[in-house]
Amino acid sequence: MTTLGQGSAVWPAVPEVCVAVSACLILLIDVYGGHKRRGLSAMLTMFALLLGVLLTSRFGMVMQRELLFNGMYVADALGTFLKLVAFVTMATAVFYSQNYLEQRHMLGGEYYVLCLTGLLGVFVLISAHSLLTVYLGVELLSLSLYALVAFDRDSGIAAEAAIKYFVLGAIGSGVLLYGMSMLYGVTGTLDLDELSRVVQHAPSGGIIIGVAFVVAAIAFKFGAVPFHMWVPDVYEGAPTSVTLYIATVSGLGSFALILRLLAQGLNGLTGLWTQMLIAVAVLSLLFGNVVAIAQTNLKRMLAYSAIANTGFILLGFATGQSNGIQAALNFTIAYVLVTLGSFGLILILSRQGAEHDQIADFKGLSTRDPLLAALMLVLMFSTAGVPPFIGFWAKLWLIQALIASGHVWLSVFAMLMSVVGAYYYLRVVWYMYFDAGDGRTPVASRRRMRLILLINALAVTALGLLPNALLDICRRLIP
Amino acid sequence: MHIGLLSVVIWLPIAGGLLTLALGDARARLARWAALVSALLTLAACVPLCMGFSNGTARFQFVERTDWITTLHAQYYLGVDGISLPLIVLTAFMTVPVIIAGWSVVEKRPAQYYAAFLLMEGLMIGVFAALDSLLFYFFWEAMLIPMFVIIGIWGGPRRIYATVKFFLYTFLGSVLLLVALIYLYLKAGQCSIESLQQLPLTLVEQRWLFLAMLCAFAVKVPMWPVHTWLPDAHVEAPTGGSVILAAIMLKMGGYGLLRFSLPIAPDASRELDWLIVLLSLIAIIYIALVAIVQQDMKKLVAYSSIAHMGFVTMGAFLVFFILAATGSSQGGALGLDGAVVQMISHGLISGALFLCIGVLYDRMHTREISAYGGVINVMPKFAAFMVLFALANCGLPGTSGFVGEFLVILASFKASFWFALLAATILVLGAVYNLWLVKRVVFGPVANAQVAALPDLNHREFLVLGTLAAVVVLLGVWPAPMLNMMESSVQHLVQQVVISKIPVAAP
Repeated sequence: MTTLGQGSAVWPAVPEVCVAVSACLILLIDVYGGHKRRGLSAMLTMFALLLGVLLTSRFGMVMQRELLFNGMYVADALGTFLKLVAFVTMATAVFYSQNYLEQRHMLGGEYYVLCLTGLLGVFVLISAHSLLTVYLGVELLSLSLYALVAFDRDSGIAAEAAIKYFVLGAIGSGVLLYGMSMLYGVTGTLDLDELSRVVQHAPSGGIIIGVAFVVAAIAFKFGAVPFHMWVPDVYEGAPTSVTLYIATVSGLGSFALILRLLAQGLNGLTGLWTQMLIAVAVLSLLFGNVVAIAQTNLKRMLAYSAIANTGFILLGFATGQSNGIQAALNFTIAYVLVTLGSFGLILILSRQGAEHDQIADFKGLSTRDPLLAALMLVLMFSTAGVPPFIGFWAKLWLIQALIASGHVWLSVFAMLMSVVGAYYYLRVVWYMYFDAGDGRTPVASRRRMRLILLINALAVTALGLLPNALLDICRRLIP
Repeated sequence: MHIGLLSVVIWLPIAGGLLTLALGDARARLARWAALVSALLTLAACVPLCMGFSNGTARFQFVERTDWITTLHAQYYLGVDGISLPLIVLTAFMTVPVIIAGWSVVEKRPAQYYAAFLLMEGLMIGVFAALDSLLFYFFWEAMLIPMFVIIGIWGGPRRIYATVKFFLYTFLGSVLLLVALIYLYLKAGQCSIESLQQLPLTLVEQRWLFLAMLCAFAVKVPMWPVHTWLPDAHVEAPTGGSVILAAIMLKMGGYGLLRFSLPIAPDASRELDWLIVLLSLIAIIYIALVAIVQQDMKKLVAYSSIAHMGFVTMGAFLVFFILAATGSSQGGALGLDGAVVQMISHGLISGALFLCIGVLYDRMHTREISAYGGVINVMPKFAAFMVLFALANCGLPGTSGFVGEFLVILASFKASFWFALLAATILVLGAVYNLWLVKRVVFGPVANAQVAALPDLNHREFLVLGTLAAVVVLLGVWPAPMLNMMESSVQHLVQQVVISKIPVAAP
C-alpha cells in the first residue's frame, strides 16, 4: 500500500476525510432511518471511529513532517498520534454516553453529527499550519460545542450554560481573531513557519499586543484563570455526556491549539509568552484548587479541577523548552484518560431522571457496588497525583521539566497546590468508603460499560506501574 | 528475567493482598487464611534473606537492577544493607500479628481489611529495599493509599478527620521531598541513591535539599512540632493500623534521614545538627510530659512513640557533636547504632503495646484509662504481658528498649554532658507514664463490674503477645546479632557523613 501512500498528497488527511464523510453520511442515514432504529447513529458513529483508527493506522501514518494543501496543513507524527488518541477518546466517550442519552431521549443523530464535526475541528487544529486553519479549527470545534451544550433543550440550566458559553466563547474567538490580525498586519504572513521566522527579528509593539491577545484567547479556550468563567457553569449545566466530551476531546483540541500557535508558530517569542503563561498558570492552579474544595456538585468540582489541571499543562508550555512541552503532552493524555473514567462513572451511575452528580450521591458506594467504588478510588488518587497511577508520573515529569528550566519555586508552588487539590479528591473517596450508604437501590449498569470502565482504570494503573512507554512516545514526538 | 529474593518479599504480599481482595467479603474465612498464608510466606522468605546476608561489608546485597523508566533514567533497583535489612524483617514480622489479631475481631469488610494490610506490607518493604530514589518515592507515596483507607474505614468515631489529616500532612511533606529528589536527579543525571550520595553539592544547595527532605522525614518520624497528626491517627486507627503506624511507618522517617539526609547533604547536616538535636530533645522531654497526662491509653502510647522517635533522630545527628567533641569518628557510630536499634526495638514494643490495648478494647470498647482498674485480678496472663511491655517501653535492662536508649545516651555523653542529662530524663519520665499507666489499668482493686467480667487472653492473643514478648526479651539480652548485622553499614555511613561534599572551587 505504500505506493498508494506516496505520490498522493491527500493520504495524511485520511482522519479528517473519514470524520467528515461519516458526519455527512450519519446525518443522512439518521434522517431516513433514525426513527426506525434508535441507537443506529450511535452504532454508526462507533463504527466510523473504529474505521478511522484503522484507516489512519493503515494509510495515514506520517513519519516525515510534510506540508499539504498549499502549506495550510501540516502532517507530522505528533499529529497522527494526537488524532489516534482523539479517535479512541471519542469512541470511549460515545460508548460511555450511550445509556445516558437513551434514558434522556437524546439519542438523536444530530448529537453524533455534532460530536463528529467537533472532532473534525480538533483534527483541523491538530494539523493547522496557518493562522486561518487554526481559526477554522477553533470555530468548528466551538460551534459544535455550543449546540451540544444546549442539546437537552428542555433543561433550563443547560440553556443558561449554552448561552454563557456562546457569548463568552464568541468573545474568545473574537479576541483570537483580533490577535491574529495584529500578527498578520505586522508580519504579512499567515503561515506559521514563516511567522516564527519573521517574529524572531522584530518584536515590535504590534506583535506584543498580538501575542497578548492570542495568549488571552488560548487561556479562554483552555478555561484558565482569569478567563475561566464559563467552565464551571458549562460543566455543570451541560448534559454529562457533553461535559465528558468537552473535558476530553475538546481538551485535546486546546492542547493542539497552544502547541501549533504558541510553541511552534511563535517560538521566536518564547520569552514573551512564557511570562504570560506563568501568570495564567499560577492563577489557575491557585484558584482552581482552592475553589474546588467548596463544591458539592461533582461535575462542578471536576470543572475547577480541570482549571487547576489546565494550570499544570500551561506550566509545561511556560518552560518554553521541548522538555516541558513533552511533559504537557504526557499530562494531557494522562488527564484525558482519567477524566474519561471519572465522567464515565457519573454516566454509569446516572439513572432515569436522576443525575448522579452530587458528591453526596457517592456516599456508601463501596457497599453498593465495590467494583465501581474501587475504580473511582483509582481515578481519584490518580488525579491527586499519588503513585502507582498515571497521574503521578504526569506531575512528576512536569515538575522535572520545571526544575530543569530553572523554575524551582514554581515547581514547589505547583506541588503545594496539588496537596490542596488532594483534599477534594480524597473527599470523593471518603464519601464512597467511609460514609455509610443510605440504603439506596443498588447500581444497575450494563456489563459491557463496566468492562470498558475497568479497562480504563487498569490502563491508568498499568501506565502508572510501567510509565516508560508513554513517556518515551511523548519524548520522541516532540523533538 | 531473574526474580530475586527482594522482589519476592515485596510482591508476594501485594499479590496476596490482591488475591484476598478478589476473594471478597463473601468468602471471608478463605480470605483470612489467604492473608495469613501470604504474610507467613513473606516472613519465611526473610529467613534466606537473613541467612544469606554477610555482615562484613557495607555494600548492598541481594541487588536486583533492571531498567524501569529509561526516559527518566530510573531503574528497578533493589538491595539491602545492614540498616534496611532489620527494618524489612521487622515489617514482615509485624504484619503477621496484625493479621492474627484481627482474626475474629474485624467483622466489617474483612477481606478488604486484610488486603489493605498486605498491600501496605509489600509497599513498606519496597521503601526499605529501594535503591533508586524514584522507586523509593513510588513506594513511599503509594503506601499512603492503603493507610488512608485503613484508618478511614475501620477507625473510630473521628476517623475521617484523622485520616484526612494524616494523608494531607504526609503528602505535604512528601511533595517537597519529590522536588528535592528531582533536583538531585537533574544534577546527577541518574536516580540511584548511591549516585545521589556521591554527588558534590554546594552548601547552599545542600541546605535547601536538607530542609526539603526534612519536611518529608520529620512529618513521618514524627518530630516535634509536626507530630500533631500522629495522636489523632493512632487514636482513631483500628488496632492493626496503630500497630503498623507505630511499628513501621514511623521508622520510615528515621530510615529516610539515615539513607537520604545524612549522606546526601552531610555538610548541611553538620551545619543544622543543632536543629535536629534541639527538636529531638524537645520531643523527648516535652512530649513525654504530654504523655503523662493523657486519659486515653492509645494516645499515651502515641505520645510515647513520638518521644522515643526523638531518640532515633537525636542518635542519628549526634555524630557531628561527637566528632567536634572528641575529634574521632569512632564514637559517632554509637549514636547511629543506637538510632537503628531504637527503631527496631520501638517497632516491637509499641506494636505490642497497641496490641495489648487492642485486647482490652475488643472486650470493653473503650480506651479510657479511668474505665479500667485491677485488670490483673481477672486477666493475669494479659497483665503479665502488659507489664513486661510497659517496662520495656521505659527501657528496662534485659529488654530491647534498654539497648537503643542506652546506646544513644552513651553517645550523647560523648557529645556533651548536658545532652546526656536531658536525654536521660526520658528514663524518669518514661517510667512515670508507663508505670502510672500500668498502675491505673492493671493493678489495684477491680474497678467495676465490666472489668470483673473480663475473660483472660485466648490462645490466639496469647500466641501473638507471647511471640512479641520473646523477641523483645531476646533482643534485650542478646542484641549482638543485630548489632553485627548493621555494624559495617553504620561505619560506612559515618565515613560518608564526615567527608565534605562541597565541591572544591574551580580554578
